[in-house]
Amino acid sequence: MSSVQRNMSLTGEPPKSINTSQKLGTLIGLFGLAIVVLAGFNIDFPNKGIWLTVALIAIASGIILFAKGAYAGKQEGIKNDGVWFKSISSRGYLAWVAGISLTGFYIVLYFFPQLLGLNSEGTNSGIISLFDPLSKVLSGNPASQWFVYGTLYTVAIFAFGIKFIWKYRHNRYERLRTMSVMFFQTAFAFLIPEFMARLNSDTFNLPYYDLKNIWPLNYYNFEAYRVDSFISSGDVGLAFLVFGILSIFVITPILTYKYGKRWYCSWVCGCGGLAETAGDSFRQLSDKSMNAWKIERWLVHSVLVFVVVMTTAVVSTYLGNDASKYWLTKDVFLIGVAVFLGVLFATIWFFKKEELQKDARYGAIGYLVIIVSLIGIHYATGKTLFFFEAETLRKSYGFLIGAIFSGVIGTGFYPIFGSRVWCRFGCPMAAILGLQQRLFSKFRITTNGGQCISCGNCSTYCEMGIDVRAYAQKGENIVRASCVGCGICSAVCPRGVLKLENGSTEDRIEGNEILLGSDVNLMKYVNEK
Amino acid sequence: MEHIVIIGNGISGVTAARHIRKISNKRITIVSSETDHFFSRTALMYVYMGHMKFEHTKPYEDYFWEKNRIELKRGFVKSVISQSKELLFEDGERMSFDKLIIAVGSKSNKFGWPGQDLEGVQGLYSKQDLDALEMYAPTNKICKRAVIVGGGLIGIELAEMLSTRNIPVTFLVRENSFWNGVLPKGESEMLNRHIKSHHIDLRLSSNLKEIRSDATGRVRSIIIEETGEELPCNLVGLTAGVSPNIAFLKESGIELGRGVKVNRFLETNIKDIYAIGDCAEQHQPIGNRRPIEAVWYTGRMMGETVAQTICGNKLEYNPGHWFNSAKFFDIEYQTYGWVFAKPRENEAHFHWKHKDDTKCITVAYHKDTYEFLGINTFGIRMRHEVFDRWLTEKRSFDYIMKHLTEANFDPEFYRRFEKEILSEYNNQTVTT
Repeated sequence: MSSVQRNMSLTGEPPKSINTSQKLGTLIGLFGLAIVVLAGFNIDFPNKGIWLTVALIAIASGIILFAKGAYAGKQEGIKNDGVWFKSISSRGYLAWVAGISLTGFYIVLYFFPQLLGLNSEGTNSGIISLFDPLSKVLSGNPASQWFVYGTLYTVAIFAFGIKFIWKYRHNRYERLRTMSVMFFQTAFAFLIPEFMARLNSDTFNLPYYDLKNIWPLNYYNFEAYRVDSFISSGDVGLAFLVFGILSIFVITPILTYKYGKRWYCSWVCGCGGLAETAGDSFRQLSDKSMNAWKIERWLVHSVLVFVVVMTTAVVSTYLGNDASKYWLTKDVFLIGVAVFLGVLFATIWFFKKEELQKDARYGAIGYLVIIVSLIGIHYATGKTLFFFEAETLRKSYGFLIGAIFSGVIGTGFYPIFGSRVWCRFGCPMAAILGLQQRLFSKFRITTNGGQCISCGNCSTYCEMGIDVRAYAQKGENIVRASCVGCGICSAVCPRGVLKLENGSTEDRIEGNEILLGSDVNLMKYVNEK
Repeated sequence: MEHIVIIGNGISGVTAARHIRKISNKRITIVSSETDHFFSRTALMYVYMGHMKFEHTKPYEDYFWEKNRIELKRGFVKSVISQSKELLFEDGERMSFDKLIIAVGSKSNKFGWPGQDLEGVQGLYSKQDLDALEMYAPTNKICKRAVIVGGGLIGIELAEMLSTRNIPVTFLVRENSFWNGVLPKGESEMLNRHIKSHHIDLRLSSNLKEIRSDATGRVRSIIIEETGEELPCNLVGLTAGVSPNIAFLKESGIELGRGVKVNRFLETNIKDIYAIGDCAEQHQPIGNRRPIEAVWYTGRMMGETVAQTICGNKLEYNPGHWFNSAKFFDIEYQTYGWVFAKPRENEAHFHWKHKDDTKCITVAYHKDTYEFLGINTFGIRMRHEVFDRWLTEKRSFDYIMKHLTEANFDPEFYRRFEKEILSEYNNQTVTT
């Protein structure tokens, strides 16, 4: 061996150090965060309004300055250099620190809000009191843990959204999409519900309602207290209730038919918004194995069944039995649900049976039989509907799915499992939209003839863990229930192979290996089954 | 059961194996000395750049091979004994075959430069080359300057790779403009400017004279032929093309030229021995194609074809319309049909370039009949299916220009340039 000094590390040492703007950004951002954390230790800041403003501006501008340092000096194009060398984006030390901190934050937020200073009886203290001034400006009420969370969430989507736009500034689809999620988060999720709260009085009492948050993602939308609030708020309240029902049964199917589920998941939804912006650095961490896909299909659809069962049970508890008082009685409702699910199932079976994989068929039949027979058993034996009290179901769902899955695991584990764990494995809304997208939609990702070189950038950067390359290298279009249409596969493709588009539903899925450039006769043989 | 042995687990060999498996029950073995599993060679650059891990370059999960009963053998074939239908491995092991597919690919060209075998001098083709690069050019502290010799697709990829680690790169290109043996002038010159804008020290009309060594046998500097200038460097990338990797076949009795000579059925002169991919050389070029096509797509097509032949459906290798693609730093390139660097007799070019200097197209057409012959497109994605159809239908140049919108494949909401292109076309046709 020569005496030359060699670096024996496996990945080498690419430039992963940060430049001056990034250092400055880190300093400013951490300063802002420190104010919030110090408030958590009950350090009593005078002029809370000013300190909160300083903290939020510092956090946002720290992130933006960091982004400027990362992207501003570079030419337009794909900016993935060193992603797998950096600790934060390759499950290194920083990733674990971030993951553990986020997870801890979610546990405190969901289960120990008093640690954040929540005091529903008297005056807030700690972090929550720091946010009181802003909350009072917006809604007139003191802050809650959810207001703190909502504010930080919005700041994150806003600041990381700017980072994302900077990173993909050559890509107009990404720019527009990101501006859309920034808008929906700021206006619909954050400001409008707060302003709506101002309208409330003794006689008028709208529940907190993020209009873009549709059942079943918003699993509590049809619970008794909310429905009561809606009804008690006159025509406006009723309009909101009707809008909530139309959203899932009419608006959603139409938009998904025309544009795919992306109209919601990567243009509107808040969970998606956070994943696409703050979570962008972690998209490559999603599991692409066939096993992960199997788990995904069973898990996400099971959550969907769970939410249907839970909501059915909850709604049935507050419906009466006397048809003369109100037409919608418990019986009408339950039979209606069974008929609706049966008809839905029959329609899919009749039109799309060939497109369902074996396990999808078993799953669909299995779940339908279970739900309908549970309703049947309820009537035959008088046992509790679905064997559990509606309240038990509601609480378990809220705890397991609403808090643990979507919050603690879904977001807390961003730096370990990738940014879309919740969307992929847990979100019942994504499951519904996915079924629509897979079976009745004009959306697909088109593969550009024979141009794929199997490099794997598309699969690596798919946050939903779709093995995009497996389709592209066969010349097959990508039509997958889970695809949220973020467009990154198309962006990172070095050969211009992928394009998200809405087109004719005929031949949307090409099952054949049609690779252009080959001999036409050869392709005939290749495609013989 | 007939035993099909394939030497080489690149795209050609693996495609052949997959298609043989699809249509037959034959025993299949793939032999490779490079890696245990198939990976995408074209993606090696992204591993060095940190976009992907090596695992991500594998198109199939590791269970795929066993599930599809494709046996994998790691070993270096020293020679092929045609008479007894056997392979002899470096370690003395033997393997017999009923049919053999040679899909061994290429090796980087070395043109006898003094010092070309020093430590720190390498091509960029194999997994081993990637490993070597990590060893000799992990950082800009260890590699203070790299020199790349040869201005083609691999050269520019290597320049991009090294620049992601802030290693200063000098890029020696023999021609007076980057890749102008293939690209028309306007495109080639646009790329010169783009390369320089990425802080690459691009030296056109420059040849390598020799590579000098330090006391330990490692590269110390290079000398440029034209100027005699000595450039200190720690890495020399030899990217002046590739040639078939066939040295081990010299004694086999298989007819060799630059590559393994094959007929249109991809058969060599010896029965039951076939050759596909980069290492195969056609006796007669097919159409405008070169006798040796070292391209991902042609390797794949040959794999598909030979699988049919081996499974009893004898088929000629009959590729369709030419296409290819590449990416030069931030500029994507696609080509459909034939656009030559200089229009051939009876051909003419139409060229449009956007003012931002990162997008352009060149359309080749027949001077007299105005038949559309091919298009090069930079910075604008085009639809393969549409151009393939237009070429088959022998559409006119005029038709192409007026229907360009149909062929656009850029992402939604992207700015479109068809109008600008059309008005340039109208201007040019009016003035000429």
